[in-house]
Amino acid sequence: MDLVFVSSFDIRISSLRFMRVLIDNISKAYTDRKGDVTEALRDIHFAIEESEFVVVVGPSGCGKTTLLNIVAGLLSPSSGQVVFEDIRFDSTPPTAIVFQDFALFPWRTVLKNVVYGLEERGLKKEDQFEIAQRYIAMVGLQGFENKYPHQLSGGMKQRVAIARALANDPLLLLMDEPFSALDAQTRILMQYELSRIWEETRKSILYITHHIQEAVFLGDRVVVLSKRPGRILDIVKIGLPRPRSEHLTGEKRYWEYVNQIWGYIKGQVKEPLEEIL
Amino acid sequence: MSQKKFLSAKNTEISVDQSRTQRSVVQDRTYFLRIKEHPWLSVASFIFILFIWEMMSRLQWIPPLFLPAPSEILSEGWSMLKTGLIFKHVFASLSRILWGFSIACVLGVIIGILIGFFSIPEAIGNPLIAATFPIPKIAILPLLILWLGIGEPPKVAVIALGVFFPMVINVYAGVKNVDPLLIKAALSLGSNRARIVKKVILPSILPMIFAGMKLGIGIALLLVVAAEMVAADAGIGFMILTAADLMQTKKLMVGLVILSLLGIFFNWLFQKLERVFIPWKQ
Repeated sequence: MDLVFVSSFDIRISSLRFMRVLIDNISKAYTDRKGDVTEALRDIHFAIEESEFVVVVGPSGCGKTTLLNIVAGLLSPSSGQVVFEDIRFDSTPPTAIVFQDFALFPWRTVLKNVVYGLEERGLKKEDQFEIAQRYIAMVGLQGFENKYPHQLSGGMKQRVAIARALANDPLLLLMDEPFSALDAQTRILMQYELSRIWEETRKSILYITHHIQEAVFLGDRVVVLSKRPGRILDIVKIGLPRPRSEHLTGEKRYWEYVNQIWGYIKGQVKEPLEEIL
Repeated sequence: MSQKKFLSAKNTEISVDQSRTQRSVVQDRTYFLRIKEHPWLSVASFIFILFIWEMMSRLQWIPPLFLPAPSEILSEGWSMLKTGLIFKHVFASLSRILWGFSIACVLGVIIGILIGFFSIPEAIGNPLIAATFPIPKIAILPLLILWLGIGEPPKVAVIALGVFFPMVINVYAGVKNVDPLLIKAALSLGSNRARIVKKVILPSILPMIFAGMKLGIGIALLLVVAAEMVAADAGIGFMILTAADLMQTKKLMVGLVILSLLGIFFNWLFQKLERVFIPWKQ
């Protein structure tokens, strides 16, 4: 089994038992000014284990991003709670987010973006720099440390965002359709990259996408949500071997998983969805 | 006769049939949108207008009392420069602008952020600004003189008031337009509210601060002249007014030229500063 990674500066990990995140019966309803209630999520209930890669997939507008925002502490659920088990954390957020639109600080260079979270944790400058360099190297951006985001391509921006999130050493990495703003070719390359980075770091990841092949390629388990209000239709355990790489997409079992999930989602959408299959 | 070969749909080669008489070539229809630069025309037309002006004055078509020749204005300016008279007035005006402008910028940024980011200051500040903004600031000068006496403070205060409003309104709009995603990103990386103001809001609104400063400096020039015309014993506005009273049109024109040069200088300065402080905007 994997060992819990305890870094020298991290005081949050107080237990050597494996952490676990419980998404405990989360429901969310929005009330607008007229008093109309829109139900976004209903009874979402699952757990994310240490070093597990969980993908949430569902039709557009099923509340995937709402779920991620609730787990990140950027939105309150109407009922239910998110619990980190066997962990006690301080004011530093236990999660870090990679957003669809990168959300890099345009006035900060690549290096300065990556050290942002470390600055907020009050690390020494040398430590900040050393950690940032490690993750910049991991995402393959050496030599671009002093470039501004506007000088980078979409794929490179998202690499910076991934490095920035990982540098903060979150207990759970949240990824909100991270490759949806990229072109189709870059997207595939980034999926391979992320798979490699996961092998290296073994982070617990909650990954949101509407792309079924991506979900199967990356995930240990795929949580399939219904259309709004989002309910769990099924949680599919992806029994494909790791490390996952390019040749996987030629395998029969991979396509069986894709078709199984597409079967669930097809029933949920009347009109054909873009970008699926 | 050129015999260019083309590949057709069925992968067979076809050649352009020169014997066909009807040929319509597609033209770029956006050509007039291209930006054309005429650097020489700008310089030449400027010199030409000065030349016509000079001629008209030299030939006595216009009495020099109404419009002295450019060369006369220049020599008047030169003699004022030599006697140092010009510096006295320019420094008097500049120091008023500097004080008023700086106070307004600092207050404008602080109050703009407060009312932009926090709901209680917004509820209090918004109606106050809406009510006081439309008053022409020079109309407040008599009241300021009443409160602050006739020295420098009312002049500085009226400039500060004039610059404050474009500043605070720009900063407020800037804070309202900060990308909420960046705030979320900062939150998720462990920033608290105070840190977000410093590390996300401030850099986000820098372009708006510069926009406010550029607007503000024009207003400051306007107000310093107006205030000096009401009550002062030095300054460019004072100089222009006394020159007019004494029919010294040349001296008056020197004042106008100085104001033009000051405006150009500040514009240039803020453009430079913007490049230095906002390197990610290029």
